[in-house]
Amino acid sequence: MGGETKFHPYTAKSKRKQAAGDAAPAAPVGATVVAQFKSPEGEVCGPPLNLPADVNPEQLALLLNNLLQNEDPLPYSFLVDDTEITQNLHVDIIQGLQRSTEDLVTILYRPQAVFRVRSVTRCSSSLTGHTEAILSVCFSPDGTQLATGSGDTTVRIWDLATETPQFTLEGHKNWVQIVAWSPDCQILASGSMDSTIRLWNPKTGKPIGDALRAHSQVITSISWEPMHLNENCNRFASASRDGTVRIWDATLRKVLMTLSGHTGPVMCVKWGGDGLIYSASRDKTIKVWESTQGKLVRSLEGHAHWVNHLALSTDFILRTGPYDHTGSTFPDRSTAHAAATKRYNAATANGTRKERLASCSDDFTIFLWEPSTGKKPITRMTGHQQPVTHLSFSPDGRTIASASFDKSIKLWDAEKGVFISTLRGHVGAVFQVCWSSDSRQVLSGSRDSTLKTWDLKTKKLKIELPGHADEVYSVDWSPAGDKVASGGKDKVLKIWKH
Amino acid sequence: MPQNEYIEESIKKHGRRLDHEERKRKKEAREVHARAAHAKRLHGLKAKLYNKKRHAEKVQMKKTIKMHEERNNKHKSADQPVQEGAVPTYLLDRENQTRAKVLSNMIKQKRKEKAGKWQVPLPKVKGMDEAEVFKVLKTGKRKTKQWKRVVTKATFVGEGFTRKPPKYERFIRPMALRYKKAHVTHPELGATFCLPILGVKKNPSSPMYTQLGVITKGTVIEVNVSELGLVTQSGKVVWGKYAQVTNNPENDGCINAVLLV
Repeated sequence: MGGETKFHPYTAKSKRKQAAGDAAPAAPVGATVVAQFKSPEGEVCGPPLNLPADVNPEQLALLLNNLLQNEDPLPYSFLVDDTEITQNLHVDIIQGLQRSTEDLVTILYRPQAVFRVRSVTRCSSSLTGHTEAILSVCFSPDGTQLATGSGDTTVRIWDLATETPQFTLEGHKNWVQIVAWSPDCQILASGSMDSTIRLWNPKTGKPIGDALRAHSQVITSISWEPMHLNENCNRFASASRDGTVRIWDATLRKVLMTLSGHTGPVMCVKWGGDGLIYSASRDKTIKVWESTQGKLVRSLEGHAHWVNHLALSTDFILRTGPYDHTGSTFPDRSTAHAAATKRYNAATANGTRKERLASCSDDFTIFLWEPSTGKKPITRMTGHQQPVTHLSFSPDGRTIASASFDKSIKLWDAEKGVFISTLRGHVGAVFQVCWSSDSRQVLSGSRDSTLKTWDLKTKKLKIELPGHADEVYSVDWSPAGDKVASGGKDKVLKIWKH
Repeated sequence: MPQNEYIEESIKKHGRRLDHEERKRKKEAREVHARAAHAKRLHGLKAKLYNKKRHAEKVQMKKTIKMHEERNNKHKSADQPVQEGAVPTYLLDRENQTRAKVLSNMIKQKRKEKAGKWQVPLPKVKGMDEAEVFKVLKTGKRKTKQWKRVVTKATFVGEGFTRKPPKYERFIRPMALRYKKAHVTHPELGATFCLPILGVKKNPSSPMYTQLGVITKGTVIEVNVSELGLVTQSGKVVWGKYAQVTNNPENDGCINAVLLV
């Protein structure tokens, strides 16, 4: 892990380069702005400062690192009234927002990832093997293996170091709709159209027992219990078109609980970091369940049509568990559990930052919820012109990207649900979006057979990745950030790299 | 007329007779015999009506039984063969028309129309010679003239058709063998619809049959598919579509056809 990521502090050299490259419109000579730094938690940092109006983000970062007395300089992004300062204070704020130079400007700073994911630019391998469309692509949490589920009823595991097929897992009787890794990478679960779930050992490629049968229709989604809640990593939840969510014990191979209450097919299930389980259904509701006894906590209503997908602000942390960008490995479960707990606590600021849930629907809208506090949505985000099928929180939990059949991707602020921008460029419906682990890029896969990466800073298309011969059904960016995998109707798995 | 609910009241007060359940069971068991005897006894219109009613009841009963069986059938989904065209969960149950295919099909259809050739479900059919299709009708006072022909196959005669004066009418298409509708199967939907015929596009045996509107096995007919709600690329409703006849209409008394898509 971490082959392509690198520590990227703002050195004097990079600063000089930035300053030389930028040719921003000059501010009036000698103009100043009185500014006050403020942290994301709302704490004031330092005294109000009299800054030159042409100060750029790099200079602000240098200043802030000094103010905060950071030992290692950290990268920051700066916002004034939800507008990011990209060029300099004068262009973005005084001209852009029509703010007076007389007023006190409050600058909100946000720490950014200390590592940088290099953008993928080329297809490093096209792996054939599946004889039907690839429906699901998933990297393991530690980023060493890749699993794909396909319409040819097999699951395949690919070796990422050599980019070759490793195991072919046969057993399902119908299309494999979903594959999901346990947080400790010891078990791979796959759900199929034949309404069974199978467990596999990804290290040996052998099945773990026979199929788990309890659902009566196609399995649509599988979500494992996060590692910081359970160090054994033996429980997972599965959703099915039969309208139930079932919680399984992978070691006892039993259904522990059946959560029934939905009156339509359940399309997505997520196991949250606070021990709540969220399920979205085509009966227009999202239900929140308690994971120890299986009680219904609340039912979130608001959508006017099928709810298609759910995303949690903690999704990335829950998915990667103890593994971070440094590529650390763990000798036993308890140390991994401790590391996972530490990472989760750091991400949620010891529980002060509540877990948020975003749901997208066929009624063209997205809802933002805070399920631990109440059943009222925070906001309803409108703007898409076609059903929204997929959405994803950025790993730092600050931005939401949503993919819609209207060929666009929209970015939303995850704090207030404010619209940020639309990313246009695809000529077919966008099926899936995912983020790079440093939250600086978005990747999208579309019906028009291309993948595209988008830069969050400029809100523009970064790189177009053509190569697939047909619709791209599933994309995934490895948690380490060095590789992207995509699969679709043309039966070929493609791996993309810098 | 009985006053008030005296029967129910009595049952509440004294209960039913002790052998009530047994009598009920026996009465039910006898019911089928009673029905059979009743059905046997009836004749004429009463019998017809009664049989029709019983038939409808039995159909309903069979349907109900089948529905219950389906519910109990647990291994139905597992036993289903793996279908082509796998789609991810978010595309399940969505109507996704494959645009590219629609387009290429339309281009292909146009090309074929120009070439006058069709890739049809029945590529080869038995040729029909004139002796088989036409019967000689002797005319004249002494029945010596033999220039009139009667078509012995099913025909389609257009709406506004007026017969020629009998003196000049060479081909007679009997009323009994004229058809206006065909049972057309949509091969992809697997459903059959009774659709009005618009015309005979081509009878493979002879262009003369095409002109006369003779419908034999393998004939390509145009049917009115406006009810099906098929839509073209530009969003217009498709009106006419071609179908190939799959049976021998003159033997069967109906026209079965497969839609060409």
